[in-house]
Amino acid sequence: MTMIEPNLDPVDRADPATAALAVQNLHLAYMVRGQPREVLRGVTFQVRPGEAFGLVGESGCGKSTTAYAALRYMPANGRITEGHVLANGKDITEMSNAELRKFRATEASMVYQDPVQAMNPSLKIGDQVSECFEILGHGKSESMDRALAALKRVHIAAPESVMDRYPHQLSGGMLQRVVIAMGLAKDPKLLVLDEPTTGLDATVEAEVLDLVRELRKETDAAVLLIAHNLGVIRTMCDRVGVMYAGKMVEEATSDQLFGEPRHPYTIGLMNSIPRLGLRKTDRALSTIPGNMPSIGTDLPTCVYVSRCPIATDICRSDVPPVVQLGDGRWTRCHHSDLLDQIVEPLAEVPEHLIPDDQVVELNHVSKTFRQAGHAVPALVSVDLGFAEGETLGLVGESGSGKSTLAKTMLGVHGPDDDGGTITLDGRPMKAKATDRRGEAIQAIQMVFQNPDSALNRSWTVRRILHRTVTRLTDISGEEADRRVSEIAEAMRLSEHHLDMRPRQLSGGLKQRVAIARAFAGDPRVVVCDEPTSALDVSVQAAILNLLATLQRDEKTSYLFITHDIGVVRYLADRIAVMYVGRIMEKGLTEDVFNGPVHPYTEALLSAVPAIDGVAKNRIPLQGDIPSPADPPPGCVFHTRCKYHIPGTCDVEIPPSVTVGPRHEIVCHLPIDQMPTPVTVTLSQKN
Amino acid sequence: MALTGENEITPDPVEPVVLPTVAAVVDGGAPAQDRKSVKAEQRRQLVRDPSFIIGALVLLFWILCALLPALLANYGPDEAVVTADGQFLARSGPDGTAWFGTDSAGRDVYSRVIYGARNVLTVAPIAAAAAVAAGAILGLLMGFFRGWVDELISRISEAVLSLPVILLAILVLVVFGTSKLVIILTVAALFTPVVARTVRSAVLSEAQLDYVTSAKLRGESSWFIMTREILPNITNVLVVEFTVRVGYAIFTVATLAFLGFTSDATAPDWGNDIASTYTLINANQWWPTIFPALAIASLVIAVNLIADSLDKALKS
Repeated sequence: MTMIEPNLDPVDRADPATAALAVQNLHLAYMVRGQPREVLRGVTFQVRPGEAFGLVGESGCGKSTTAYAALRYMPANGRITEGHVLANGKDITEMSNAELRKFRATEASMVYQDPVQAMNPSLKIGDQVSECFEILGHGKSESMDRALAALKRVHIAAPESVMDRYPHQLSGGMLQRVVIAMGLAKDPKLLVLDEPTTGLDATVEAEVLDLVRELRKETDAAVLLIAHNLGVIRTMCDRVGVMYAGKMVEEATSDQLFGEPRHPYTIGLMNSIPRLGLRKTDRALSTIPGNMPSIGTDLPTCVYVSRCPIATDICRSDVPPVVQLGDGRWTRCHHSDLLDQIVEPLAEVPEHLIPDDQVVELNHVSKTFRQAGHAVPALVSVDLGFAEGETLGLVGESGSGKSTLAKTMLGVHGPDDDGGTITLDGRPMKAKATDRRGEAIQAIQMVFQNPDSALNRSWTVRRILHRTVTRLTDISGEEADRRVSEIAEAMRLSEHHLDMRPRQLSGGLKQRVAIARAFAGDPRVVVCDEPTSALDVSVQAAILNLLATLQRDEKTSYLFITHDIGVVRYLADRIAVMYVGRIMEKGLTEDVFNGPVHPYTEALLSAVPAIDGVAKNRIPLQGDIPSPADPPPGCVFHTRCKYHIPGTCDVEIPPSVTVGPRHEIVCHLPIDQMPTPVTVTLSQKN
Repeated sequence: MALTGENEITPDPVEPVVLPTVAAVVDGGAPAQDRKSVKAEQRRQLVRDPSFIIGALVLLFWILCALLPALLANYGPDEAVVTADGQFLARSGPDGTAWFGTDSAGRDVYSRVIYGARNVLTVAPIAAAAAVAAGAILGLLMGFFRGWVDELISRISEAVLSLPVILLAILVLVVFGTSKLVIILTVAALFTPVVARTVRSAVLSEAQLDYVTSAKLRGESSWFIMTREILPNITNVLVVEFTVRVGYAIFTVATLAFLGFTSDATAPDWGNDIASTYTLINANQWWPTIFPALAIASLVIAVNLIADSLDKALKS
């Protein structure tokens, strides 16, 4: 018990006057109809100069509110009801508006999630960047020179021409670089990054993170980083604070927190992520039952008590103490010595065998779009097959043709007239869904990325499911009602959810309804387009478990499109890698992760920020994915390939090489020179 | 002892720990029962909006006039005002006997204004409703099918829109006569392209949503997707559009009546009355013209106030 020092605030040891940012017991409320609703309920932490501090937690925990409050950005109905925010010893909660303006103009910068919205679409990049310097008092031409230097600093290719372009002419990754350049213009003492890479591809994300890391070394700026992707936090931050329901429940260094979390909530978060090479055949993912208390509700003594697996009576009667664990590390828990009682799900998942027969097969499927008179080949002779009960993970950057492939298969738009065939049990299907009948329309269904868009908001859940059942099967009348209830039960939706409309449901529940709809007609193949990317990790785990269970029970095949390598590794039996409308590699998941792999696969796998530690030898992918309208000659990947053989790769179209059973790679490299991917697995870690 | 406010908080009076229900255990996000019904919130905002209240009160007054004019009017619409000593009271200014004065035929202007509400409040809403119905169908077709359907209807409605409204209306009325039905259909036809354009843009953004794709994957017919899937989600647009169009229709109907295009030139009607009396303004007899004109203005403003606050409430 010597470690427990109740009532001693952890940050009091460090001197807030010297911190780049010191948030002290911050309480913040939103006024709703005259009533204050507490969002932050006493947040305390410090960011030292030159340090990167990360905030993590499920959506609604108050992490973004904290970040904005750090610069006193608040919605009109926001009120700081208690506490202080010190920046370099100055209390910004007590600044006048003029002082605050000066502080924001000279000392602090913010980088937002969406660079497109952060830029003025009608001003040239050069004008916008130079404006940052003009505000600081530099002359017009000097500002322009400095703007150019700033763009060079963030490694923008051809900065001179970028200066002369408009925001819509740049890619998301380049724009985010510009925004970062603008943020760094004033040489800020504090840089707040709010989900800076969320909208970007994994490969672009890796580049932007590299940039921020490099710039951190150059400047002495303190960084406050918000990201829902724990891998980003892990690779970027020195210290991490875990927030829950407007309170911070644990603070530690990044390595400590991800290596050995000491709060039940942090442990719950970590365990819900598929990591360390975990596969669905190993065990189900851990989930966090229940919901985060919503904003403004009265909280129990321990904010986490209702979802905590080790809560006891004391958690419901006493406010948990801050338990100091040394080095400024602390956790807010009554039972920090009982954490090993939190168990992960048992390995009880039976191995499932995948037959050789293909349910749905794509043979040489091509799809060409016409755009302003130009032919844009979005799919080029794609061959893919789905065996019963098999998950095919489809990976690739944005613009590689993953969604086009899915939509062509679904019949949203058919393939080209001479663009191959799609067969169901060996029989060709009609190209368009609207022409398909009976079995063909029933066979392939889809789970969309965004359940808000995928569910008709004026329909009740019951109507959505009922309509699907009666349209896709022969069931009708009372039997259909029964079937709807059965499906809902299988998705763990209760009867009262059936009479709700989508907006009355949480994100996770909505996605369950979307999955229920996809399964209502007893499909053979379900296309899952990033079904968990809009969800919190704890909810993601529940959805992935559900998908795995459904697949075992219903013998459904999945085409699983995702950016998340951890997820694809967990769920997929086979992986296909797409680039510029072509399949570059396909193989069993284990074989792909063990190598040899296509150089593109290697780069993709290494780009993902892992929560299991930093991959030392990341393979950077330079530049952007080529436009399918104008694909490079020879191998489409040769322009970005670090192994590319001049005279071969840029001239000849590479052959498909079989490197192992059911493992094909489209590449000129001899098999023994093909790379092996770098990933951290459980075996390597132990 | 306590250094920060945080640890000073005494435990809340022992509150029974509510165990999450089975349904809530499923996953994260705010539980459904915490979410206020959006509709109730919109209604609350609406009835608290002063401009809505004013608009609604004025409109209700005119509706009452249209339903039960005898209740409010002092005389019949065609009744001549006769003083106690048996004198005809023509062209007399507002006073205790005739509140808004009398016109050249000796009729009470106040009573004519009250009786006049009925005509405009029948014609304008029916015309607006017809315009919204036709516009909704065209807008759904344009927004859902796009391509040549969209092009064709767009070009035709642009052609209609490019002609001056009143000129077009006069043309139609000259050809087909000035019965109430023709007037209603003419005004409806004039407003249809504008409504169609608004509905089209709402449908365009709806049709991009995945629930429409999902319906296609179920093999639903286009008609089903348009009317059952998309239409319920654009009712807000239709409601606002209807209210706005009622305001314009009142104005257009009155204008046409002023120009002499009316089903019955002697019936009590604001437009009629203005048309038949406005020359008297030169003779300093302003009352038979100004009061019906104020009536039109008050009704149009009331309807627009309602339309604005509806729009605001539905978008919040």
